[in-house]
Amino acid sequence: MIELLASSIRLATPLLFASMGGLLCERAGVATICLEGVMLTAAWTAAVVNYYTHNAWLAVTVALWVGALTMGMHAFLTITARADQIISGVVVNFLAAGITPLLTNALFGAPTNTPSIPLSDRFHSIELWGLSEVPGLGKILFAHPPLIYLALALPFAVHFAVYRTGLGLRLLASGDGPEALRTAGVSPGRVRYVALLAGGAIASLGGTFLSISHTSQFTRDMTAGRGFIALTALIFGKWRPVPTFFACLFFGFADAVQIQLQSTTVFGIQFPVQFIQALPYLVTLVVLVGFIGKAIPPLSIGKRLG
Amino acid sequence: MGVVSLVFGILLTFFTQGALAKPIKVGLVLDKGGRDDKSFNAAAFKGATEAKEKYGIDLKVVTASDDAAIEPSLRTFARRGYDLVIGIGFVQGNALEKVAREFPKTQFLIVDAKVALPNVRSVLFNEHEGSFLVGAIAALTTKTKVVGFIGGMDIPLIRRFEIGYRAGVQHINPKVQVITNYVGSTSDAWKNPMKGKELALSQYKKKADILFAAAGASALGSFDAAEELGKQIIGCDSNQNWIKPGHVLTSMLKRVDVAVFNAIKSKTEGTFEAGEFDLGLKEGAVDFALDTFNRSILTPAVEARTNEIKNQIIDGKIKVPDYYDTLRSGAKKKNA
Repeated sequence: MIELLASSIRLATPLLFASMGGLLCERAGVATICLEGVMLTAAWTAAVVNYYTHNAWLAVTVALWVGALTMGMHAFLTITARADQIISGVVVNFLAAGITPLLTNALFGAPTNTPSIPLSDRFHSIELWGLSEVPGLGKILFAHPPLIYLALALPFAVHFAVYRTGLGLRLLASGDGPEALRTAGVSPGRVRYVALLAGGAIASLGGTFLSISHTSQFTRDMTAGRGFIALTALIFGKWRPVPTFFACLFFGFADAVQIQLQSTTVFGIQFPVQFIQALPYLVTLVVLVGFIGKAIPPLSIGKRLG
Repeated sequence: MGVVSLVFGILLTFFTQGALAKPIKVGLVLDKGGRDDKSFNAAAFKGATEAKEKYGIDLKVVTASDDAAIEPSLRTFARRGYDLVIGIGFVQGNALEKVAREFPKTQFLIVDAKVALPNVRSVLFNEHEGSFLVGAIAALTTKTKVVGFIGGMDIPLIRRFEIGYRAGVQHINPKVQVITNYVGSTSDAWKNPMKGKELALSQYKKKADILFAAAGASALGSFDAAEELGKQIIGCDSNQNWIKPGHVLTSMLKRVDVAVFNAIKSKTEGTFEAGEFDLGLKEGAVDFALDTFNRSILTPAVEARTNEIKNQIIDGKIKVPDYYDTLRSGAKKKNA
């Protein structure tokens, strides 16, 4: 049971980073279906930098910039070049999915994966302030690599930044009423640029976590749709940081439960795995059709700036 | 325009005539993994290169960068008068069938798919036999009496691995428990190393000490779990012993190189036969891997016992259950 919780947290981590990055972008009024692409380029960069420099934190930093730049391309296409936000997102995703195996092939002579990073060069679990000594629970809930703690703290930091700072209010205005922002003498385009660069940097950590913290190499398309699941979590959480946090944990938990239930028989019957895999999305659907509440996106999302 | 086609025609005649005198021409179409995928395609490339060195064939290799490029690549080879056109992988089956119909005089080899045409040789592997062997190795080596299986996408091919593995484990010791997990039910299941690792962690937590991972790139995550927890894992398709030395107990080999080499060999010797070929332990087409990377963890006693079992399977003394047979009999029942 405790192992189930630990597994849920691990599985939720990439979703947390991606959805918080996506939250900044979407609340600023830019539809961001390219979280997948941002995570991929970051995952690739982190794996390569960590492999060559043997320095995990340097890898995180470089990947942060690459993630920001990848999202920066989305920003350029949608804000400066005024391209359609969905199309631009598709472009970024395809580009990332294509360029990462291409570069892997150029560097290592095979497109499928980068070389494995030795255990000693990777992130190690940090045990929190003696809490890990709590019998039973401790080692499992309070002994994780650093990025996981960061992911768990992030939604609250984002909550504070969005609702309690001036920049956050501009962000919300850019998403809900860019004209009002312009009247106040602030360029919504600029706010969106800042939001997307920051969002890209945050989402990049999701990719970095996948390639150098949880596993030890980049493999082609290793995000496996997590960028889109993160978007689902964002919608489920109604574009608000703390509910989105719980949505991510819920998806992570569902995934972990699915792993546990696969190999066990409950009351003599084998659970159909596909059903459990589909469950979180069924719940999302039920939530979104309005029984429990309605998810209203930022008002100007998907619209070009006037 | 006319001149160009005339020149083209002359060139074409020239080339086809040249081919009669020259060594046979072999065209190899790899799928998107490419010749350096360290697995399936790399093995095909290796087999073809070996045949080239030995028989001096005229070999041309192309990589179909996406699935839509497979058919044109195959057709180009056939149209240019190649004697033997080779397609690698299940996904090339339909395209090769179409092209083989258009060029009945060209001979084809397809690996891992079945095309029932008089000019096509279909090579399939008895994965269940190789899985049986590594299952036996796992059961002979396990200390906890629990072993695991991680499949990629839940499809009949991978079920075939699982059933063979399970039978191999139970052949040694029926009391050894086998835990089974699949990464998923879509093709994302082949490229999800995070899930591959989580599944491996959960199986190791359930006391398994050896896993068999047949999950494509997702298996790399399982390898990471083995390394971190100091447990053992069994690789698949190609020899993966080198990936995490000391943790990879062995690998179940699918000798695509042998299949390709033999087809080219028979073609040069004029004994090429079309039809369906199931290659297994007997033909040396599936096997377990033993090299410097796992020599220290796979004990000589286990090796001897495994070779004994291998011979028993070849002699027909051990019957390895085949999931495809189960499917076939199931289908028959339905029809009846």
